[in-house]
Amino acid sequence: MKLEFDHKMAAHCENGVISNLLRFYGIDLSEPMIFGMGSGIFFSYMPFLKYDGIPTTTFRPLPGVIFRNTTKALGIKMHVEKFRNPEKAMLSLDQNLEKGIPIGMVVGVFHLTYFPVPYRFHFNAHNIIAFGRENGSYFISDPVMEKIETLTYSDLKRVRYAQGIFKPRGKMYYIEQVPTEINYNQAIIKGLKRTVTTMVKLPGPIIGVTGMKYLSKRLRKWPTKYGHKEAGRFLGQIVRMQEEIGTGGAGFRFLFAAFLQESAEKLQIAKLNDLSMDMTKIGDKWREFSVISGRLCKGRESSGENYDRIADLLYEIAEDEKQLYLAIDKTIKS
Amino acid sequence: MKANEVPQDDANLLEGKTRDVQYALDQNGKYVTVKSVGWEPKNTALLSAWEIENEKIAEALRLVQEGKKSPIYYYMKKCLMDIKLLASYTGFSRFRIKRHFKPDVFKNLTNEKLDKYIYAFGLKERNELFKIIKK
Repeated sequence: MKLEFDHKMAAHCENGVISNLLRFYGIDLSEPMIFGMGSGIFFSYMPFLKYDGIPTTTFRPLPGVIFRNTTKALGIKMHVEKFRNPEKAMLSLDQNLEKGIPIGMVVGVFHLTYFPVPYRFHFNAHNIIAFGRENGSYFISDPVMEKIETLTYSDLKRVRYAQGIFKPRGKMYYIEQVPTEINYNQAIIKGLKRTVTTMVKLPGPIIGVTGMKYLSKRLRKWPTKYGHKEAGRFLGQIVRMQEEIGTGGAGFRFLFAAFLQESAEKLQIAKLNDLSMDMTKIGDKWREFSVISGRLCKGRESSGENYDRIADLLYEIAEDEKQLYLAIDKTIKS
Repeated sequence: MKANEVPQDDANLLEGKTRDVQYALDQNGKYVTVKSVGWEPKNTALLSAWEIENEKIAEALRLVQEGKKSPIYYYMKKCLMDIKLLASYTGFSRFRIKRHFKPDVFKNLTNEKLDKYIYAFGLKERNELFKIIKK
């Protein structure tokens, strides 16, 4: 059996599955809308948390946050379940597919057989949808893949029970109920407000724009403190966190700018359109940050490109973003 | 970023299997999606991460072919795993896995145990484990 399922790609897997699942139930929301309502913009620099000796920088909220925020804001009832027993997890998947329900699942990408090999790391918070089964293989809608993919029973079971950090433990979810009437505008406002709160209003030095300024200050000292090789490794990690599949520095800024543009029309607030253009400019600055950082870690910088330069740039970005979020706050309050 | 400025720097990292989705502005200043095969700074960051891993993998292969380590050790590195992660996938204790790194112990492993490794490494058949010893 195979359900009639419309597969669309997305820049970020979590947005993608929500958008694709909702469309199956007749709710057509773009990826930027899902991202904005779910408040996907985030930043945190956690020097005390090290992986392989590299301090942690993150540009995304914890996996599942966008998902929870968006479905809650729209009043959609979701069924979420984990299983101790892998066979039962697969059985439950089959039974629900038989009932005609497309099923979202959290999987690890390492053993995802159709995935490009260079991207197969032990990352366990990827999202895919199964929408049918034939000859022992499942039809898979993976938001980062262009085409429909398939997975065998054992391959799907293995990725659902991927091991390591954030084990998915067979986690699956599906839409139980869609409300008859949805207040989209309210969901947009809620998403905007939450973004403003996380980025400029939370206390402490590590989250939001204050986190960016903190990183800017620390990063400036990296070459003298750790030497060029180690500093390059730290910086390389930031670029990876920033631009790889499903994470996002510039990419997320453009998504958010697209969200602001769409919201301007939906809410009939022209000011949001201006702010969207401001966010686009900020995204472009993030790209510049990546370009210079990339050259720095390879030792291919041109004159004037050094850690001071990118620290200044990061500080400038943080200041620009702060003004932007405060302007959003003012706009939606009036 | 403008739609016609979306970079298309192909380093074959996506292996032609898919493309990235990017949001960019069209001529009328409206956001649209554009597909991209890659972007240089991003490619470089991913490639340098692999460079470090590939060195470790090559070193592991050398140790196996010199008879100092078993193929389990090589495949663990090749699958970017550490002993802890391999223990989680196979259900063996870390101590036991370290024993299986010894070529003499590895030689006498039962098929049942080998199959657990096959599952962990995503291999198709047991033969793949032995293949790398001979060279």
